[in-house]
Amino acid sequence: MLSRTADHLFWMARYMERAENTARILDVTYRLSLLPQNGEEVEAMWAGMLKIMELQDTFLAKHPAYTTESVLEFMIFDRDNPGSIYRCLRATRENAHAVRGTLTSELWETSNETWLKMRDFSVSKLLESGPGAFFEWVKYRSHLSRGVTIGTMLQDEALRFIRLGTFLERADNTARILEVKYLNLLPGADEDSAHAADYYQWSALLQSVSAFEVYRKVYRDQITPLRVAELLVLRADMPRSLARSMKEVYSNLTRVSNARSAETERLAGELESHLRFGRIERIFEGGFRKYLEDFRDRIFDLGCRISDDFLIPASA
Amino acid sequence: MAITKFFNEMTADDGSVRAHYAGYAAWLRETPADRIERKRAEADALFHRYGITFAVYGEESGTERLIPFDIIPRIIPAKEWKSLEAGLRQRVKALNCFIHDIYHDQEILKAGHIPAEQVLNNAQYRPEMQGVNVPCDIYAAIAGVDVVRAGEGEFYVLEDNLRVPSGVSYMLEDRRMMMRLFPELFARHRVAPVEHYPDMLLHTLRSLAPQGVTDPTVVVLTPGAHNSAYFEHAFLAQQMGVELVEGQDLFVREDQVYMRTTQGPRRVDVIYRRVDDDFLDPKYFRKDSMLGVPGLLDAYRAGRVTVSNAIGTGVADDKSIYPYVPEMIRFYLGEEPTLNNVPTFMCRKPEDLAYTLAHLPELVVKEVHGAGGYGMLVGPASTKEQIETFRKYLIANPEKYIAQPTLALSNCPTFVENGVAPRHLDLRPFVLSGTEVQMVPGGLTRVALREGSLVVNSSQGGGTKDTWVLEA
Repeated sequence: MLSRTADHLFWMARYMERAENTARILDVTYRLSLLPQNGEEVEAMWAGMLKIMELQDTFLAKHPAYTTESVLEFMIFDRDNPGSIYRCLRATRENAHAVRGTLTSELWETSNETWLKMRDFSVSKLLESGPGAFFEWVKYRSHLSRGVTIGTMLQDEALRFIRLGTFLERADNTARILEVKYLNLLPGADEDSAHAADYYQWSALLQSVSAFEVYRKVYRDQITPLRVAELLVLRADMPRSLARSMKEVYSNLTRVSNARSAETERLAGELESHLRFGRIERIFEGGFRKYLEDFRDRIFDLGCRISDDFLIPASA
Repeated sequence: MAITKFFNEMTADDGSVRAHYAGYAAWLRETPADRIERKRAEADALFHRYGITFAVYGEESGTERLIPFDIIPRIIPAKEWKSLEAGLRQRVKALNCFIHDIYHDQEILKAGHIPAEQVLNNAQYRPEMQGVNVPCDIYAAIAGVDVVRAGEGEFYVLEDNLRVPSGVSYMLEDRRMMMRLFPELFARHRVAPVEHYPDMLLHTLRSLAPQGVTDPTVVVLTPGAHNSAYFEHAFLAQQMGVELVEGQDLFVREDQVYMRTTQGPRRVDVIYRRVDDDFLDPKYFRKDSMLGVPGLLDAYRAGRVTVSNAIGTGVADDKSIYPYVPEMIRFYLGEEPTLNNVPTFMCRKPEDLAYTLAHLPELVVKEVHGAGGYGMLVGPASTKEQIETFRKYLIANPEKYIAQPTLALSNCPTFVENGVAPRHLDLRPFVLSGTEVQMVPGGLTRVALREGSLVVNSSQGGGTKDTWVLEA
């Protein structure tokens, strides 16, 4: 397939996944902001989230303070913010438009319709129904798009690049969601110690990645940070975990393999094996946040390598 | 000379419904108005969701508009289509002969049928093509010929589009829409299918592959997602199951064209290009072109790749060459033309200019190189000021203009703001030439939605209708 086509498919999927996970991150942070606490703590929470999303500077250039309203508007509607859901859905649609002939018409229409509806949302509409309903809508559109992809696309290279984009983005985003939570641990609390008052936060985190019921089913026990981390990092049967995401990245990568991609495949395989055979206690020993940051760096590197090997080959 | 009497496609002068519209007219009478209204709204929503839009130049970037779709079809009886089809095939055959001749021995110029300077000094004439042989001697593999009706059985060709004619995707989408909205109509009528057009197009393109290539790789070359006809490019590539490429996806090495794929370079044999000549190869044509492929002309001249339509076809559909098409048909085919040409005054000739200047209020004046309905004057529909402005243009640059009598374009009932009213229309059938000449019955019907307007171009607010050729 054309490199440019693969590039558009890859980024179409990444932006859709990013829109969904941005909704998830906003959702969990919004819920955390509702806990009884003072205004400064709420501000710090939003600031921390924007920092992890690497959008703090862009935000501060426009807004004097981190209020819930200003952050939500910035992250959902701001046309100048490349990370806003508005921009993600527009980029999804633009990439889909550029390769609409490669997509099934159902998939193209899903993406086009999502964008047309996004244009109809407004801050006032959002505040009227509460942001929760909007986040649900974004997740729903992403589910729909993924379902239409799997349900209608031929299982060929095009699908592989779409899946590659989805899971590479998800690996990055799930790591960020975990970081948001760890940044918000109450001062003085150890990263691996359960805090009684923390229950709400952990359940909010689990719900934001659709893992609350899964946690109960898997552990049949109380919620502890260590197990939450294990579930979202190492459990390959958990669809949004790092392990699952990397497993999919690796298997899709080996199926599009070309003459120059051996090293990229090796690095992806290495990362995948670490997750497959890793232990959460060992990861915590080295510091969980550092682990997550390091993981994201490696995901970033993989993204660049995939781009060089397949999407924008340097030479003919 | 004010034109008052127009041929109505649906009703005869005595008010009776023409036989081939009887079924539709009855359906329209018995279908409740609110159902039709609902269906029209549904069509709009569907076109939006499908993203069947075109980009408008000169407006805010990224502006996409729907082409208005009208649910009253243009119906052509089988017998009438048969003679129209014969005329179109004849015309396109002669045009292909002409282009081949011009780029080889120039017999028609030597015989004195067309003034040589008219052809050789034409901006669309490409000296780079002189002596180049193309597969099957076919230059215009895809032609979209604009035809209008003035009276019963009386068709005129307005324009032969031989460069990158567009609109066929709307023909196909209009049909799909009609069948979705009103399946019962198709149960009642024997409407000739058009859905196989992409298949025919692929067959045509493959038949024009360079010699020795047995399983050619065909691609569609688009200027990109911001081009006004991008939807059509993507649509045709998808329907044919071939890659949609941009210039940046292709490169030439040792006179061979390749595309950059995820598995390395892959050879390309036939390029259905939707990029104008000027932008095709920055090495030879416009140096600033970002849309083309450097060296494409070399590969083409070496016979290693087919470019369709060929480079340099514009010399045959130019408005200054148009008046000579009947002569071409006689010269190359030894036949009398079946379709009429519109009488044309070439303003570069002093006597034609004098006539034109004296009769501006009743003529249509067009730029020789114009397209898309831009830069033209429709005398009877223009104000005194507009006419005087054009008079100045004409006197300043007579060679840039032609003039034609204002044709009494036929009209067809069309949904407009306050009900159904007659609107003028034309027809663009598509003629495919490869090892054989093929057509699907019908074409794209364009309709001028403004009352009294004779300009049907989508860029000027024109709409489209489904076109039915009824099988006998």
